[in-house]
Amino acid sequence: MIEVEGLTKYYAAHAAIKDLSFSIKKGEVIGFLGLNGAGKSTTLKILGCVLLPTSGHLRIDGVDAISDPHEARKRIGFLPDTPPLYDEMTVGAYLSFVAQLHGVAPGKARALVEEAEERTATREVDRELISSLSHGYRQRVGVAQAVVHKPALLVLDEPSSGLDPVQIVEMRSLIRNLKGEHTVLVSSHILSEISQTCDRLLVIQAGEIVAQGSEEELARRAGAGGAVAIEVRGAAARAAEVVRGVSGVSGVSVVSESGELSVLRAEASAELRPQIARALVNANVDLLRLDRVGDRLESIFLKLTAGAPDAAAKQEAA
Amino acid sequence: MRAIWLIARRELASYLRTMSGYVIIALVLALLALAFNAIVISNAEQRSSEVLSEYFRWASFFTTVVGLLLSMRLLAEEQQRGTVALLYSSPVREVEVVVGKYLSALAFLALFLATTLFMPGLIMVHGKISFGHLFAGYLGLLLFGSASVAIGLFGSALARSQVVAVIVGGVLAVALTMTWMLARVTERPLSDVLSAMAFWNQHFTPFQSGIIHVRDVVYYLVVTYLGLFAATRVMEARRWR
Repeated sequence: MIEVEGLTKYYAAHAAIKDLSFSIKKGEVIGFLGLNGAGKSTTLKILGCVLLPTSGHLRIDGVDAISDPHEARKRIGFLPDTPPLYDEMTVGAYLSFVAQLHGVAPGKARALVEEAEERTATREVDRELISSLSHGYRQRVGVAQAVVHKPALLVLDEPSSGLDPVQIVEMRSLIRNLKGEHTVLVSSHILSEISQTCDRLLVIQAGEIVAQGSEEELARRAGAGGAVAIEVRGAAARAAEVVRGVSGVSGVSVVSESGELSVLRAEASAELRPQIARALVNANVDLLRLDRVGDRLESIFLKLTAGAPDAAAKQEAA
Repeated sequence: MRAIWLIARRELASYLRTMSGYVIIALVLALLALAFNAIVISNAEQRSSEVLSEYFRWASFFTTVVGLLLSMRLLAEEQQRGTVALLYSSPVREVEVVVGKYLSALAFLALFLATTLFMPGLIMVHGKISFGHLFAGYLGLLLFGSASVAIGLFGSALARSQVVAVIVGGVLAVALTMTWMLARVTERPLSDVLSAMAFWNQHFTPFQSGIIHVRDVVYYLVVTYLGLFAATRVMEARRWR
């Protein structure tokens, strides 16, 4: 669906992205993860055929998007970081305009508009002026304008920015519903959003892809085995000894010990939970709770982007 | 072609739906009518055709103002609001965007000219004017306005803010008008070139007195073309940054 090779973009002397190469299969939902200023928006603008790269190759659905951007744009729906809305138009008229701009015949536009409105839950504001919409609706109309002409590729730049928690959950399910019909690229710095909606993640740091793969693969590469929290009845020392004996556990620490209950933290991959449980039960320790600790993706992300916060801060300042 | 029509229609609807278009027309019309009343028809001794020429002279100035004011928002506002990303990500060529927007502004300018028709009407009531003179004058105003819109559109392509856009457009128009003065202090053949370039002096005055020269028509069409061409090039260059 998308093949990117050696994509580089310079703004004057500053390289926003450097030598990006990756490929995306049809129907995949890909998350672009990165701090502000890491090069997410620049990458998405190039993939959306809005911006031209300084060098590199880009093929979208078999079309060379650099030499024939006009043809490539017919296959793309793009939502930039601020939704491109005309305040003085009604939602319905606006979506119809966008559909026709993408070559949909005027007679067929209305049906597509209604479908897009159904999918993005904006049907009820069809006749409202865009200037009167709340932020949540504006963001959804933004998604609607990207999907209205049924593009093969959807590029959504931070669709959840500025939304409240309820709207973020709605946006997440909206993006999940788009899966299948479109190949979707989403960028975000909201980790939970990305891990739940995307098949694969590309982590961008200072203009380079520092890691890619599923959440599991990333965890392995980052060496972020994660940690497991264990709650047992009885003395912590004995339980810690048992857990330490399980192969793959790199360390155990006692988090708290109050009366009957003890909480331990084992530095181990979450996949080791069955082995840990079995070992504790076999050793006659009463196991009360066993779960993985913290937001896993968060720790992966922090590990992958570690060492570069200075660069990111500099870019943000600029 | 379809995209040009689509963009022109949306833009025209936007002029009609927001107040800015009406406000521009109403205010400039009021000023022109004031000038008409205070200056153009103040001398009762004049012949009707002279009054009409004087009217066209004033109307030309206000037509440029309307052209620049109408065109200032066309591209700068898209930049400002971020909606330009929609145009850039659509399978629409930059030239189609520019021409579509130009046509909408030109249509609105024509609406302005239509609202001024009552002034020649008043001259007609009190005197006698030829239809040919009226036609030539309004053709001149439309061409002059078209060139002004194209210059304004170029300014609008360059700037992110509408204020800067109208300043750039205004300065360009004034500079182009002033080449006529430069022509007076230079020697031939440079002076010929400069006076032929002048935006108003040599090319509008024939229309004013009811004469249509092909070279004047061509001049305004060329200025229009150059303005649109430059605006298109600026739009294309934006893809690089």
